[in-house]
Amino acid sequence: MALSERDKVSGHMTTGHEWNGIKELNTPVPRVVYIFLISATIFSVTWTILMPSWPGINDYFRGLLGADQQAEVRQSVAEGVAERSSWTDAIVDEDFTTIRADPSLMQTVRETGKMLFAENCAACHGAEGLGNPGFPNIIQAPTMWGDDPATIMETIRVGINSAHDETRYGQMLAFGRDQMLPLSDVDRVVTYVQTLSDPAIATADNAEDIGEGATIFADNCAACHGETGTGMQETGAPNLTDQYWIYGGDRSSIRHTVYYGRQGLMPTWEGRLTPAYIKLLALYVADLRTAAK
Amino acid sequence: MIADLTRAERTWAMIIVGGLTVIGLAMAVGGRNDLLGVHGWMVMIVGLAGFAMMIRQFDAPEPDPERLQHYYDAPTRAGIILTLIWAVIGMFVGLWVATLLAFPDLTFDAAWASFGRLRPVHTSGVIFGFGGNALIATSYHVLQRTTRARLPDQISPWFVLLGYNLFCVIAASGYMMGLTQSKEYAEPEWYADIWLTIVWVVYFSIYIRTLMRRKEPHIYVANWYYMAFILVVAMLHIINNLAVPISLGSAKSYSLFSGVQDAMTQWWYGHNAVAFFLTSGFLGMMYYYLPKRAGRPIFSYRLSIISFWGITFMYMWAGSHHLHYTALPQWVQTLGMAFSVVLLVPSWASAGNALMTLNGAWHKVRDDAVLRFMALAVIFYGLTTLEGSFMAIQAVNSLSHYTDWTIGHVHAGALGWVAMIVFGSLYALVPTMWKRPKLYSAKLVEVHFWLALSGTLIYVFAMWNSGVTQGLMWRTYSESGALTYSFIDSLVAMHPYYIARAIGGLLFLLGAIVASYNIGMTIRSPIAETSDDAGQDLPAQPALQAGE
Ligand code: HEC
Ligand code: HEC
Repeated sequence: MALSERDKVSGHMTTGHEWNGIKELNTPVPRVVYIFLISATIFSVTWTILMPSWPGINDYFRGLLGADQQAEVRQSVAEGVAERSSWTDAIVDEDFTTIRADPSLMQTVRETGKMLFAENCAACHGAEGLGNPGFPNIIQAPTMWGDDPATIMETIRVGINSAHDETRYGQMLAFGRDQMLPLSDVDRVVTYVQTLSDPAIATADNAEDIGEGATIFADNCAACHGETGTGMQETGAPNLTDQYWIYGGDRSSIRHTVYYGRQGLMPTWEGRLTPAYIKLLALYVADLRTAAK
Repeated sequence: MIADLTRAERTWAMIIVGGLTVIGLAMAVGGRNDLLGVHGWMVMIVGLAGFAMMIRQFDAPEPDPERLQHYYDAPTRAGIILTLIWAVIGMFVGLWVATLLAFPDLTFDAAWASFGRLRPVHTSGVIFGFGGNALIATSYHVLQRTTRARLPDQISPWFVLLGYNLFCVIAASGYMMGLTQSKEYAEPEWYADIWLTIVWVVYFSIYIRTLMRRKEPHIYVANWYYMAFILVVAMLHIINNLAVPISLGSAKSYSLFSGVQDAMTQWWYGHNAVAFFLTSGFLGMMYYYLPKRAGRPIFSYRLSIISFWGITFMYMWAGSHHLHYTALPQWVQTLGMAFSVVLLVPSWASAGNALMTLNGAWHKVRDDAVLRFMALAVIFYGLTTLEGSFMAIQAVNSLSHYTDWTIGHVHAGALGWVAMIVFGSLYALVPTMWKRPKLYSAKLVEVHFWLALSGTLIYVFAMWNSGVTQGLMWRTYSESGALTYSFIDSLVAMHPYYIARAIGGLLFLLGAIVASYNIGMTIRSPIAETSDDAGQDLPAQPALQAGE
C-alpha cells in the first residue's frame, strides 16, 4: 500500500490509496459545505413544520400555518366565480337585444368569447370560425339551423347528432350506398346540384342529365333541401346554391356526399360550459356574423 | 468474441442462445394472435443467429490461457461501438420528434411515425441505448482497472451487454408497434421487463464477483457509484413494473398500482431513474476518467464520501416533486420539496469535488478538448442540479410544471452533463482500448466540442424561453377574470422556439456523428508500437486462477 504524500498544488496530504494511478487527497470537507448543508436543512425542516408534512399512522402533521391545498383551490375558484359574476349575471339575466345594445357588456363578450371559442370550438370550426373540411363555416355561411342568437344558443346547448336527449338531428341520407337511387341517377343529380352554385357547369352536352337531375332532386332532395335547394331550417339541410360547402363543392366531394351520406357531429356543450358561457358564445358568434355581413 | 471462449464456455453459450431461441419460439407461438408474436419472432431470430455463430466457431482452436492474465476488454470495445450507434439513432429520432413538434404534419399519416410512438424511441434510445451502453462499457473498464482484477468469467459480460441491447431493441420496436405500459421511461411491457431483470441481476453479480477478487485494499469511489446505479435501478425497475399480463399470449399487462399510488410509484421510479441511472452511474464515470485525464488526485476523499451518501439517501425521497399540485396529498408534496432542497448540497459537493480536482490542471482543460468535455459536463451537472432543486420548490413548480422549462431542464442534464461526460470518457478510453497511440483527429474532437456546446445552449435557451412564456400565458387573466390566452395561442407562441430547439438538436446530432467518425477512424488507424497491457495501465494482478 502506497504511503501518504503531500500534493504540491494544494498542499494537502493524499490518503495513501491509489487505483491505477488515481490518488485522493485527504482534504477536510470545506466549511462552506457544512454551512450550506446546515442552512438547507434548517430551511427544509422549517418548511415541514409550517406545512402539512410528516405522516403518522392514520393522519399526518397539518403544519403550523394550517395550509390546505384543496381548500385553497376551492376558495380561489369561488373567488373567480364571484369576481366574474359582475358580468356573467348580466349575461344570464338580460335578453339578447339588451345585451347587444350594451357596449361595455359586448366588450366583455368579445374578449371572453374569443378565448372560449379558441379553447372549445376552434379545433373544429377553425380559429376564426371560418370552417374546416367537414366542419361548417359558422361566421359567413348561411346557417342550417337559424342564425338569431337564441337559435345559435340552442344549437350549442344541445348539439347536432350529439349525445344530448334533445339533440338536433341532421341526416344526409346515403342515396347510393343504401340503393335509394341507381348510380346513374346519383351522377345526374350531382351534376344538377353542381349547377345550383355554378351555372357554368351547364353545357349543351349535359343538358339532358341536368334536366333529369332536376326531377330527381325534386323527388328525393327537395323535402329536406327545399324546392330551390336553398336549405331548410326544419331539417337542418344546408343551402346548396351558395359558395359555402361543409364537405367540399367539387364533383367528387358532392358525389361522395350523395353516395355515402353525411352526419356531422356537433357536440353538446350543456354541462361542459356554464349557461352563461353558452349564451356568451352564442352572442359572440352572432356578433361575428353581424360583423361579417 | 467466441474464439476467446474455451470449449466448455462455448457449450454454455450455446445453451444460453439455444434457450433464447426456445423462449422466442414460445412467445411467437403463444402470442401468434398478438404483437407479442412479432417480438417472439425477433427473439428467435436473434437466438438462431447466435446459435449459428457458435456452431461456425465451435471448433476454433482453444484460446491461449495466457489471456486470463490480462484485463477483459473485448466487451468494453463492443459496448463503445454500441454506444455510438445508439447515440446516432437516439439523437436522430430526437431531432425527428423535435421537428414534429414544430411541423406536426410530418408523420406521413403512418401510426408508427406519430409523435406518441416516436418520443419513447428517442428517450429510451438516448437514455438506455446510448447512456446505458456507455455505463456498461465503462463500468467493465473502470471496475477492472480499479480492482486490478479481470472480470470474473468470459460469458456473463457478453450476456449482460448483448442481452441489454436486445432489451433496447425490443423496447424501441415495441413502441413503434404501439406497445407501451404508458409509464414514462418504463414503457416496455412485462416480458421485456422480466428479461431486463435477469440481465441486471447478472450485471450486479459481475460487479460483486469482481470486487470480491480485487487486489486493491479499498474500493474506489467510482465503483460505489456504479454499484448504487446497478442496485437501485434494479429495485426501481422491479417495483415500478409489477404488473399482471392479461394472458401469457398477450403483450398487454396491467400495473399492480392504480390512481395516485400508481402516479407516486411511477415518479418515485422516474425521479430515481434520473438519480441513479443518469446521475450516479455517470458520476462513477466522471470519478475515474476526469482525474485520470487531468492527472490530478481527487480533491477530497471525505467530500466524496459525504456527497455519495447524501445523494444516495436524499434522492430517494424527492420523487413527489414531480406531482406538485396534483391529487397527491399535500404532505407528500411538502416532503418531496424539502428533500429536494437539501439534495442540492451533496450535488454541489460532488460537482465542487470534481472541479477542485482540476486545480493544477486548468491549462489542460484549456488545451485538451477531451478534458474540457468532462469539465463542462461537471459545470452543467452543477447548473442542472441547482435548477432541479429550484424547480422542486412548489411556487416555482406552479409556473414551470407542464411547460417546456422541464424539457429544457432535462436536456441541460442530458446533453450538458450525461452526453458530455460520455463523450469525454469515450475519447479518453478509445485509444487505450484499441491500443492506438492517440485519437485519429484532435481537431475533430475540438469541432465536436463546439457543436455540442452550441447545440446544448441553443436547445436549453429555447426551452427556457418557451417554457416561461408558456407558463405565463397559461396564467394570465384579463380584467373580466377570464383567461387572456387560449392554449392554441400558447402553441403559436412556441413555434419559433421549437424550430430553434430542432436546430440545437441538429448541432448536437452532428457532433455525435463527428465523434463516431473520429472514433471509427481511430480504430482503423495503425496499432501502437508498445503493446503492453493497454498503455499506461497497471497490469492486472496475475494471481487469477480458475475457481478463485
Ligand atoms: C367536434 C367538432 C366540433 C366542435 C368542437 C364544435 N363544433 Fe360546432 N359544429 C360541428 C359540426 C360538424 C357542425 C355541423 C353539423 C352538421 O353538419 O349537421 C357544427 C355546427 C355548428 C353550428 C350550427 C351551424 C348552422 O349552420 O346552424 C354552430 C352555431 C356551431 N357549430 C357552433 C359551435 C360552437 C360555438 C362551438 C364551441 C363551443 C362548436 N360549435 C364546437 C362540429 C363541432
Ligand atoms: C333527410 C333530409 C335530407 C335529404 C332527403 C337530402 N339531404 Fe342532403 N343534406 C341533409 C343534411 C342534414 C345535410 C348536412 C349534413 C351534415 O352536415 O352532416 C345535407 C348535406 C348535403 C350536401 C353537402 C353540403 C355541403 O355543404 O357539403 C349535399 C351536396 C347534399 N346534401 C345533397 C343532397 C342531395 C343531392 C339529395 C337528394 C338526392 C339530398 N341531399 C337529400 C339532409 C338531406
